[in-house]
Amino acid sequence: MRGIVKRFPGVLANDRIDFDVRAGEIHALLGENGAGKTTLMNILYGLYRPDQGQILLNGRAVAIHSPADAIRLGIGMIHQHFMLVPTLSVAENVALGLPSSRGFLLDLDVVTRRIRELSNVYGLRVDPTAMVWQLAVGEQQRVEILKALYRGADLLILDEPTAVLTPQEVRELFATLRRMAGEGHSLIFISHKLHEVLSISDRVTVLRDGRVVKTLPTSEATREELARLMVGREVLLRVERSPVELGDVRLSLKDLWAHGDKGVPALRGVTLAVRAGEILGIAGVSGNGQRELAEVIAGLRTPSQGQVEIDGMDTTGWSPERLLKHGLAYIPEERMRDGVVRDFSVEENLILKDHVDRPFASGIFMNFGTIASYADRLIENFDIRTPSRDAPLKNLSGGNIQKIVLARELSREPRVLVAAQPTRGVDISATEYIHQRLIAQRAKGTATLLISEDLDEILNLSDRIAVMYEGQIVGVVDQREATVEQLGLMMAGAHKV
Amino acid sequence: MIAQLFSLTTLIGVLTAGIRLATPYLYATIGETLGQRSGLVNLGVDGIMLMGAYAAFFVTFKTGNLVLGLLVATMVGGLLGLVMAFFSVTLRAEQGITGIGVYLFGLGMSNLLFRKTLGTVETVSGFPPIHIPFLSDIPVLGPIFFSHNILVYGAFALVPVSWFLLNKTTLGLKIRAVGDNPKAADSLGVSVAGVRYFTEIVGGMLEGIAGASLSIALLNVFQENLTSGMGFIAVALVYFGGWRSVGALAGAILFSMVNALQLWLQVIGIRIPPDFAIMMPYVLTIVVLAFTAQRVRAPAALSKPFERGEG
Repeated sequence: MRGIVKRFPGVLANDRIDFDVRAGEIHALLGENGAGKTTLMNILYGLYRPDQGQILLNGRAVAIHSPADAIRLGIGMIHQHFMLVPTLSVAENVALGLPSSRGFLLDLDVVTRRIRELSNVYGLRVDPTAMVWQLAVGEQQRVEILKALYRGADLLILDEPTAVLTPQEVRELFATLRRMAGEGHSLIFISHKLHEVLSISDRVTVLRDGRVVKTLPTSEATREELARLMVGREVLLRVERSPVELGDVRLSLKDLWAHGDKGVPALRGVTLAVRAGEILGIAGVSGNGQRELAEVIAGLRTPSQGQVEIDGMDTTGWSPERLLKHGLAYIPEERMRDGVVRDFSVEENLILKDHVDRPFASGIFMNFGTIASYADRLIENFDIRTPSRDAPLKNLSGGNIQKIVLARELSREPRVLVAAQPTRGVDISATEYIHQRLIAQRAKGTATLLISEDLDEILNLSDRIAVMYEGQIVGVVDQREATVEQLGLMMAGAHKV
Repeated sequence: MIAQLFSLTTLIGVLTAGIRLATPYLYATIGETLGQRSGLVNLGVDGIMLMGAYAAFFVTFKTGNLVLGLLVATMVGGLLGLVMAFFSVTLRAEQGITGIGVYLFGLGMSNLLFRKTLGTVETVSGFPPIHIPFLSDIPVLGPIFFSHNILVYGAFALVPVSWFLLNKTTLGLKIRAVGDNPKAADSLGVSVAGVRYFTEIVGGMLEGIAGASLSIALLNVFQENLTSGMGFIAVALVYFGGWRSVGALAGAILFSMVNALQLWLQVIGIRIPPDFAIMMPYVLTIVVLAFTAQRVRAPAALSKPFERGEG
């Protein structure tokens, strides 16, 4: 790809990007959110058209106007959010859009046979007759890869393929990718996880603000250097955790049961305790009850059985309002849905939880002067990058929106903090900042329940780590003794090893 | 009187009428099912049926040619399906509102045309019953199943045909995929807009035929608001049938049987107020929908316009 330029209203997403991939190579594309990785790949896959620049394939200039063109040219893409139809079978998903050997009629038996062949060659275990909604995430990803291979893809784009996988599944995926590269396929691996890039790729191209910062062979790269290239300054990859004197138990869960949205039990007897000055990490593959756990504690979901105690008081069934007055802070997993109001200003979002109380209100009147100075102080203290306190929140980046949630919750001096996926979709520099803040809160004696799918984050911040699987706590390990391997096994349901 | 209700003649009468009355519901419900499987809700069914009914009647009344009438009704239906698709696919308009617009257009336009071109209620001789040698002569079963006209048989034939189309063909696979995850279909080079235009136009044609089946095969008249809400019942039956052809059949039969029963109750003079009798099928629809709504899963992209977006 040569000199690719793509503008979106108000943003230059790709600025004269040169990028090349060799046959049989795994080329990593590294960058923060919004650096332009996905845009560049969507151009290559025909989902967007570039404003300038050209794409050469095997030395020949090609025009790619649609995914159909890309597929015809042997380009396949595994999207970050899988492009599968859950109500169809694996074979139907693979056959979708392809001409059938029987013309108008489907030829699923032929497709099924061919899928089995490909599965064997590349070690992609999957049952072609299974319905996609029944498959685990790792299997769904294998279906995506099969779809591309079935279409004869020589060049495969993988957009953050490991985001949803357990460490074991990542290892299987990497083995498959190496085998594919060995067969002569070229792979583009998009990621912002440094260790993955270092372990799988042959070369790395780092993007920042829509430009190529550098392309280098992976063997010459280090974590620190890649992080610096990505962010544009030195980055602390590990936060310093000084030992903290543990206090009393602040949050205690006793045999909690709760139903999920589909009416089946999502929590099945969770018992945990978090003490003042402690961060308890909850690790697990998403969908194993973490969301429901956070919601039960925050008063958003009624448990069917069991107890929640905050500071020794039984708070089971309390309303969210009463809970937050009692010293609970909650950073929700879906910040855009549960954490902020998109169309409100930064300032309004900062006082959402306290807008009826002094000093922000007297009776039914709001004290705008107080609110403004308070907002300005938080914007400064929490390094929130916003044009002004009146700017609509929706114009801010994900990292800054998360800082607003963090500022609102932490400035209430919580006794108990539930932080669900606090850095999901947030770039490295904001992540670094959020981590430091959480650690600072720990030093102040807050009891923190940290729910995250990012094992590095869990290992980095937690004092103890509890692993959740199918609504139960599989085991609790001390951070100093925990290994990624062990946690990975527990996340897959194996009991404490 | 009660004895009369349970007599064999009554039973045959009710069942025969039930089969006949299922016809417009079948065409309309299967037409709407096709559209909804691809992710489009069309609330304009009743308006399209009215236009189809008028067109078929008018052409037949003027030319005496039933096949030509049916053909024109099909074309009118397809055209309105095209309009619906243009608004909801190309312009990405809110589908519920667009559908109500199409309904009101069909209702008003068919009234206007009726008054300007016909003025009074006329009749035509519609599609005649087809006598099938041997089958039609079987006692009891013959009259119930084999005494009908071509459009009735066509409606029932549509059930397996539409099932086959949806489940056994490459086009059907595309329709199902587009209705459940248009992004995925798009990423594989399937034209989401193309598929949706197709289902909406074919759906419109079937809804046009549904109207024609009333005006030139079952009732053989046209008057203002001839359908009196049948199209909306058809939309409800799509949900009742769980977006499946066989489900549409079950829904259409159940509904038309209850309808036939209430007609007979009135004919033989059972002493209940006629308003209550007329209400029966509608009440039944609400009750049944209330109990089935939670079991079945709608196509995930139903009523959501598709746009290639960021990310």
